[in-house]
Amino acid sequence: MNTGKSVFQFLRCILNSRAAQLLTGPVLVIAAWYFVLQLHLLDSRLLPTPEATFSRLYESIVFGTMLHDVYRTLILVLYGFAIAAILGVPMGIALGSSDKIYGRMEFLIDFFRSLPATAIFPLFMMMFGITDFTKITIAAFCAYLIIIFNVAQGVLNARKTRILAAKSMGASRWRIFCDVIFFETLPQTFVGLRIAISMALVIIVVAEMFIGANDGLGHRIIDAQMGYDLTNMYASILMAGILGYGLNYLFMLMEKRLIHWAGH
Amino acid sequence: MLDCAADNRQRKRCSGHIEITELSKAFNGDPVYRDFNLSLPVGEFVSVFGPNGCGKSTLINMISGLLPMDTGSVLYDGKSIEETNISYVFQNYRDALFPWIRAIDNILYPLKIRNVPKREQKNRLDSILSEFDIKIDILKYPYQLSGGQQQTISILRSIITDPEVLFLDEPFSALDYEMTLLMRERIQRIFLNRDISMILVSHDLEEAVQLASQVLLLTRRPTRVAETIPVDIPWPRNAATLSDPDFVAIRSRCLDVFSREVARGERGSI
Repeated sequence: MNTGKSVFQFLRCILNSRAAQLLTGPVLVIAAWYFVLQLHLLDSRLLPTPEATFSRLYESIVFGTMLHDVYRTLILVLYGFAIAAILGVPMGIALGSSDKIYGRMEFLIDFFRSLPATAIFPLFMMMFGITDFTKITIAAFCAYLIIIFNVAQGVLNARKTRILAAKSMGASRWRIFCDVIFFETLPQTFVGLRIAISMALVIIVVAEMFIGANDGLGHRIIDAQMGYDLTNMYASILMAGILGYGLNYLFMLMEKRLIHWAGH
Repeated sequence: MLDCAADNRQRKRCSGHIEITELSKAFNGDPVYRDFNLSLPVGEFVSVFGPNGCGKSTLINMISGLLPMDTGSVLYDGKSIEETNISYVFQNYRDALFPWIRAIDNILYPLKIRNVPKREQKNRLDSILSEFDIKIDILKYPYQLSGGQQQTISILRSIITDPEVLFLDEPFSALDYEMTLLMRERIQRIFLNRDISMILVSHDLEEAVQLASQVLLLTRRPTRVAETIPVDIPWPRNAATLSDPDFVAIRSRCLDVFSREVARGERGSI
């Protein structure tokens, strides 16, 4: 009786653990995957088994070119993102510090932000040719808009009391800028950076599919699809997901460390 | 006006005045102050009290230089706002402290922007910490401290520059009563220990009278001075003072003036 109870408690403890919480989703997806295969809901030529997919993923990482493709994609993403951040953060702060300027630019930023990135692919290809530079430029452009928008919003919504407090202590405008507004804006800046890096990844992967490429995850996926190598395609999609999640996770970690005061 | 001789504190020199002349301010065309004149003695503790929305905070924001006035001037013993060493304690300490730096760096911030050498910063910090017997862990971040501790940090930050004038905008309104009583004693200690003018905006008449050497009662908008009532009660004034007959008498006198002004406003608006 007593042992039964403690076994039950032990099981409940495991089920409530953080690892179990994290694994619930993936387990459900894989279960659904098997379910679909077993009931033949989807043509088995369109959907390989999970174990085939995962072993293919493992093989292509260990013996194949997967890591090279990840590396190539990641490099382009980071370039695009870095350019966007270096330009976007200061310009967002500048834009947000003046209601008047922001009011005039808001429509433009919102318009380009809402424009589907893929719509400008042909234009950028025409201007810069079929090169990595083009891919980076498009990714940087779209990420930049997201960053500038979020940073400007952060500055506009900065609590006025702290700025006033710094002013009352005799801080110069520049000082207030560096010591107060920058930090005040940091949480919103990070929101922008996190969305921007995800956006840069999306654009680079799409660009690798449709703007000529010899490697990269996008290229790998479209190549596998055209060669009807479906396990490779699914494995590559999984890899792209892992990369995206990893980048997002990294930013969340950084955010937590850096913006320790958020939520207090 | 309170005569210097009547002031029962011994240490104070009482010479100059804070002169506010021809002050006007309107918000969206609605005048809050029109040709407002006021003279306050330097080195005193003045509480500003008045009906809701009469512009108490607006007044101290303008004379402390945080808010531009439409017209008018303020002179501190003949000096302009810029030439005077002014500090300000805000009502909402949560929004006034910098949560991204530690409490100690918050306190030292005004010295940092004045480029005071590190050594001197430390000396000043040590001296105010011991002066007020502060037992707060100042290596913590503000959000790790209680409300009263945060406001204490805020006050320490405001006095570390040794200001000539300290403005306090409802500094204790977010604290519980117990903490408020303690903070009132701390503020008095600051006042009594140094040559400083203090101007307090309060919505708590008890607090306004307890801390002040004179209570400035304002009317409704456009705001004028209804009356200036001296508070001749020995310092320091603790919780026991609150039931002292003299205190009660002054408080009820202030309340009479206040009620009269509120009623006048109501009649005016009908």
